[in-house]
Amino acid sequence: MLNETYLLLIPLLPLAGFVILGLFGKYFNPAKRGTGIIGTLLLLISALLALYVAYGYFFEFGKADGVYQKLIPFQYTWLQFSEGVSIKMGALIDPISLMMLVVITFISLMVHIYSLGYMKGEERFSTYYSFLGLFTFSMLGLVMSSNIFQIYIFWELVGISSFLLIGFYYEKPSAVAACKKAFIVTRFADLGFLIGILILSFYARTLDFNTLIERLTSPGSTEFNMAVTSSFLGISALTWGMVLVFMGGAGKSAMLPFHIWLPDAMEGPTPVSALIHAATMVVAGVYLVARLFPVFALSTPHALELVAYVGAITALFAAIIACAQTDIKRVLAFSTISQIGYMMFALGVAKYGGEAGLGYTAAMFHLFTHAMFKGLLFLCAGSVIHFIHSNEMKDMGGLRKYLPITHITFLVACLAISGIPPFAGFFSKEEILLAASQNNQVIYWIGLFTSGLTAFYMFRLYFNIFWNKAPSSSVKSRGEGGFVMILPLILLAIGAVFAGFIPFGNFVTSDGKPLESVFHWQFSILPVLFGLVGIFIAMKMYKKENQIPDKIAASFGGFYEAALHKFYFDEIYLFITKKIIFNLIGKPAAWFDKNVVNSLVNATGNTTEIFSSKIKRIQSGKVQQYAVYFLLATVLMAVLFIYWWK
Amino acid sequence: MLQPGLYHILFISTALFFIGIYGFFSRRNLITILMSVELVLNSVNLNFIAFNKYLWADKLDGLFFAIFVIAIAAAEAAVAIAIIINLYRSHHSIDVEKAEEMKY
Amino acid sequence: MDGSTIIFYLLGIFTLVSALMAVTTRQIFRAAIFLLFTLIGIAGLYFWMQFQFIAAVQIVVYVGGITVLIIFSIFLTQQAGDKMPKQKIKRQLFSALAAFCGFALVMVQIFQYTFSSSTTSSVSPTVENIGDRMLSVNEGGFALPFEAVSMLLLAALVGCIVIAMRSVKATVNEQKKEIFNLKD
Repeated sequence: MLNETYLLLIPLLPLAGFVILGLFGKYFNPAKRGTGIIGTLLLLISALLALYVAYGYFFEFGKADGVYQKLIPFQYTWLQFSEGVSIKMGALIDPISLMMLVVITFISLMVHIYSLGYMKGEERFSTYYSFLGLFTFSMLGLVMSSNIFQIYIFWELVGISSFLLIGFYYEKPSAVAACKKAFIVTRFADLGFLIGILILSFYARTLDFNTLIERLTSPGSTEFNMAVTSSFLGISALTWGMVLVFMGGAGKSAMLPFHIWLPDAMEGPTPVSALIHAATMVVAGVYLVARLFPVFALSTPHALELVAYVGAITALFAAIIACAQTDIKRVLAFSTISQIGYMMFALGVAKYGGEAGLGYTAAMFHLFTHAMFKGLLFLCAGSVIHFIHSNEMKDMGGLRKYLPITHITFLVACLAISGIPPFAGFFSKEEILLAASQNNQVIYWIGLFTSGLTAFYMFRLYFNIFWNKAPSSSVKSRGEGGFVMILPLILLAIGAVFAGFIPFGNFVTSDGKPLESVFHWQFSILPVLFGLVGIFIAMKMYKKENQIPDKIAASFGGFYEAALHKFYFDEIYLFITKKIIFNLIGKPAAWFDKNVVNSLVNATGNTTEIFSSKIKRIQSGKVQQYAVYFLLATVLMAVLFIYWWK
Repeated sequence: MLQPGLYHILFISTALFFIGIYGFFSRRNLITILMSVELVLNSVNLNFIAFNKYLWADKLDGLFFAIFVIAIAAAEAAVAIAIIINLYRSHHSIDVEKAEEMKY
Repeated sequence: MDGSTIIFYLLGIFTLVSALMAVTTRQIFRAAIFLLFTLIGIAGLYFWMQFQFIAAVQIVVYVGGITVLIIFSIFLTQQAGDKMPKQKIKRQLFSALAAFCGFALVMVQIFQYTFSSSTTSSVSPTVENIGDRMLSVNEGGFALPFEAVSMLLLAALVGCIVIAMRSVKATVNEQKKEIFNLKD
């Protein structure tokens, strides 16, 4: 049976880590890394508990009549406004939340162990680990939330933790700018999320996920009818609500057009990028859509179409940009955007229930495997950066002799992401493309082409780092980071190799009933072929140093330049904000405030001053004047009394 | 010309009163202000005696009031002179315009 | 027109003119003398009203005491012969106007009211009657106010001495200042 204490401990242990390390971290010696060990141990216990609870759920008590139940082990009322309006806090466990618990705790544990080596010598060592604890707590709380308001609270907490972590090197102005950008862009998207929450909870008259989904998906209920009949600009209120909720998810998951923060967020330490921007925070949007999937699929299919197209276009777009980038972390960032696009469109093409719900399972499966190989890719990149002390590809080359373990694990991860069997990415990508081909041909071909591009840019990255040219003269000896940095690489590599064999359909499906995963090997030929072609082209261009890349870049001309500059999205946004919003809205508002509002306030003060300076002459200190006033007042009062008051 | 009666005396006393008040307002020297105050007191005395004689002839209350007013006026004039002398020591002037330290 | 009427009008005019001069003249000593005349005029009015005792008291206390006191203080504080500085015209006009308003109001009220005497019997204000009433504690007696006024006179006496007294230190300081001033 479910042990509720264990379930509660899973998020509370990292929170305890945050509080303890935050308050008492300064008493520890940063060189001895004691705070890191404490943080890692807490998270180890949390990860083991998560595995234990997940094992119990999936194999023992989760099923009832062969369908996975959504259980709410505990819930308490936090704020009671009136009889029907209250905000509760509770935990919801169902297949996707438990899967996410396992992923988050495992990846976070790997990052904690890795950071023991990577952040060695950092002065704010304990602060770093306390922030990691806060982030892990927020993310765990997010996936365990039982109502939509609680998820919003943890959503914002995750935003804050990522702000703190991205801006960890706060002396660098670029890091400060990056963390501000991340926070502002996601906050802006969260505005849509909040309005969506309000709309949904208004119509469903509840905040609780289970009740909300039930009310908004049964066509006969009053809530559903009201939500679909009231419309604004020709679109039903329910569709607006879901679209706005998706806007929030798109912001957090760096979908177009909110993707601008993720490449800049690479200013944070590399383990942070591995944790936040590969495996956990950016999938929060995917998780949100999956959580509300019944409403998307059954009640607002147009919103789901929007999700699919946004995901697909983002995937293609980010892959094109990644082909032109030279900073290795930027390449990985755009790769993340692209892969999350995959997950989104997989959700977008799925339907509710049975075979047609394959997209849902595929998206969650890809989330799982992506966490493994993307986390691995970032940690390997961290190893390389730790060794070379530079992020640019031109400073690297021929490092395979000096970083052997990193080399092997990086290769494994690249093969996984390119969808080469039998690595994990092959299985999850194949399921996504299968689901897409069954429902939407356009998206299928976009996905197929993008997988080819994925293979190309990943192997471009691989060859540029480990082959291409001979290493520069400053590189002398083998430079693996040490046991604490190698261990997570190995563990994640094991995951990247073997995670594909998990029969995900038995555990996570759109309606809870286990889905038989059938391997269609004829179907898989085309995606694998695209992947191999991509790898081959990359090998030709980058394995040995040559002129082909420059010639191709020149032949693409303007398109290449645009891709290099990320299609000028940042410049467009900056233009809009500076020229339009600041000048047209900000400046008049400031003028109004300075001149009108301020002068109103000053006028109050000034009139009082003028008035008082006129009246103060009465107090002249001259006795005779006082006597005159006295007499006049007496006469006046006498007149009043005699003539008026009868 | 009428036989002088109460009204005439009241006229005189009122005139004296307001002459004293005018003197109080318009004089700059403290001693002249004191003199105006004495005028006012005298007018009041005249009033009392007049009422006593014409309205309340069976009592002597008005007369006693007048006696006491004279006594008190004497005491008050003495104290006022003492104050004036004290003020003169600190300001070396008994101009009332110079004694306005308690202004705004 | 009998003598009493003429005397009354003469006395009245004399009093009022003296009072006016007292408040408007620019030489302080003349103001004191005009005050003296006003007080004598009022004493004359008392005599005319046949309240001789009060008239005598007026002359003794006011004319002989207070006016002398005032003249002493004039000599103690300034040169008696100089002209006093003139008041601003605006102030003079304003105060005259204020006083005149008050005067007009009161006169209007007085002339509209009919004073009626309530009794016919009268008590003559002889010294005997006055003395009798002054110290009697019966109905119509003024023993208590008499005692109160005597207390007040005592307090005023002590107060004057205290206020006008020079402290020893102040005396020494002033003498020192005079010595230093003389040196320059």
